Amino acid sequence: MPSRLLLMLCIVATGAVADPLSDARTAELRNLVHQDCGSCHGMRLNGGLGPALTPEALQGKNRDFLAITIREGRPGTPMPPWKTLLGEADIEWIVDYLKTSEVAP
Amino acid sequence: MKRAAVLALGLLLAVTAYAALRGTGDLGVVVERASGQLLVVEHSNDTRLAQIDGLGDLSHASVVFSRDQRFVYVFGRDGGLTKVDILEGRIVKRIIQSGNSIGGAISQDGRLVAVSNYEPGGVRIFAAETLELVADIPAEYAPGKLSKTVGLVDAPGNRFVFSLYEGNQIWLVDMNDVKRPVIQRFEAVGKAPYDALITPDGRYYIAGLFGEDGLALLDLWHPEQGVRKILKGYGAHDEKLPVYKMPHLEGWAVAGDHAFLPAVGRHKVLVVKTGSWQQVGEIAVHGQPVFVMARPDGRQVWVNFAFPDNDRVQVIDVESRAIVKTLAPGKAVLHMEFTPRGEKVWVSVRDDNRIEVYDTERLEKLKTLPAASPSGIFFTDRAHRTGL
Repeated sequence: MPSRLLLMLCIVATGAVADPLSDARTAELRNLVHQDCGSCHGMRLNGGLGPALTPEALQGKNRDFLAITIREGRPGTPMPPWKTLLGEADIEWIVDYLKTSEVAP
Repeated sequence: MKRAAVLALGLLLAVTAYAALRGTGDLGVVVERASGQLLVVEHSNDTRLAQIDGLGDLSHASVVFSRDQRFVYVFGRDGGLTKVDILEGRIVKRIIQSGNSIGGAISQDGRLVAVSNYEPGGVRIFAAETLELVADIPAEYAPGKLSKTVGLVDAPGNRFVFSLYEGNQIWLVDMNDVKRPVIQRFEAVGKAPYDALITPDGRYYIAGLFGEDGLALLDLWHPEQGVRKILKGYGAHDEKLPVYKMPHLEGWAVAGDHAFLPAVGRHKVLVVKTGSWQQVGEIAVHGQPVFVMARPDGRQVWVNFAFPDNDRVQVIDVESRAIVKTLAPGKAVLHMEFTPRGEKVWVSVRDDNRIEVYDTERLEKLKTLPAASPSGIFFTDRAHRTGL
């Protein structure tokens, strides 16, 4: 329970200081989602060794769950933690993108 | 004037005849991942010959060649199986055979093409000539449960071998009687096999395990001995790093009596003695290895890396096991392919939209070719190699 609270506090704290991303950074992130996440989830995010990440597939998964999954990975599965490579604003952007994208490569 | 016209016509005929009669031994294809296109290339002069459209979703696409090296079978992520004539630069036939597929293999006799599917989990086998369905093999590992299949290869004796990612099994399929495939199942081979390879002699099938340290080995000369674990607990003392791209085992480097393989989640290439399958060494490298490939003469091993270290390629001298060169081909190096006798290697650089050709002796760049988001590079000499 204390650790969950701490995690939630972290989310609130880091979420609050997130800067808006440059166009160049969002272009990099879009490329990362399709090309690098795509190596397991499919370039069009229709799934591969990892599950599909299309908006339909992610219905019912809330934003915090997605952000935590990206940040910390999913122990016991091949999903790695991305926190050393992606900042909080990056992760927020990816969550938004996955929830709303038309998933064109 | 008349004579000039006749001469021109003669030249034209000569050129046409020359174009019609061309060997395929120095040809190959490059997957243009993002645009769903295939480039036909040749490696005598390192040029592009044709670009073929309409192959669907080619993320993680791979190919196999017909034994006459004229046709290429392309396995797309969207379940597409496409037969392409590389001499004419056109699609001969294309079918969507499943919802989501990962790769395939061609049988020893060249008559069957098998595809490994994620959705629905299993393997489907088609006639190489017509792409008509010959056998459907759902990977049912528990009642009503289908597993994604990985690591599908051909094996001597007109057999196919593949692994079940969720099912933790290896299946050996004998296709000598195409009407009655004989399936032998090996259960509990290890947790989450994610890819596999067959040694170049066609004897050993080895599956990488994501869920545990170690590999599962099946001796195809002695399937009655079952599957055993090798390299159990290798590097168990190291702290594992997150894995941003699963390593590939196909094209595993076997050089002399040693095999070089990528360590999962570690900045290391492992050196293993073939036969005993004991680890005899390890080589520290620039990042987490993805492809570890031997030059055809076995004197060098070339390694590329997972994100975020995927801008480099390292060359290992097999004799000394030292890294003799670190190359920086560009952003997102995805694949490497040696020419049949190994004097050159082609390297795909996805995010810089180009292919770099290197001289493997001088370790210098020879040429750059444009390609849109290139991933796999496949030369036709694969047609005559087991497991490719």
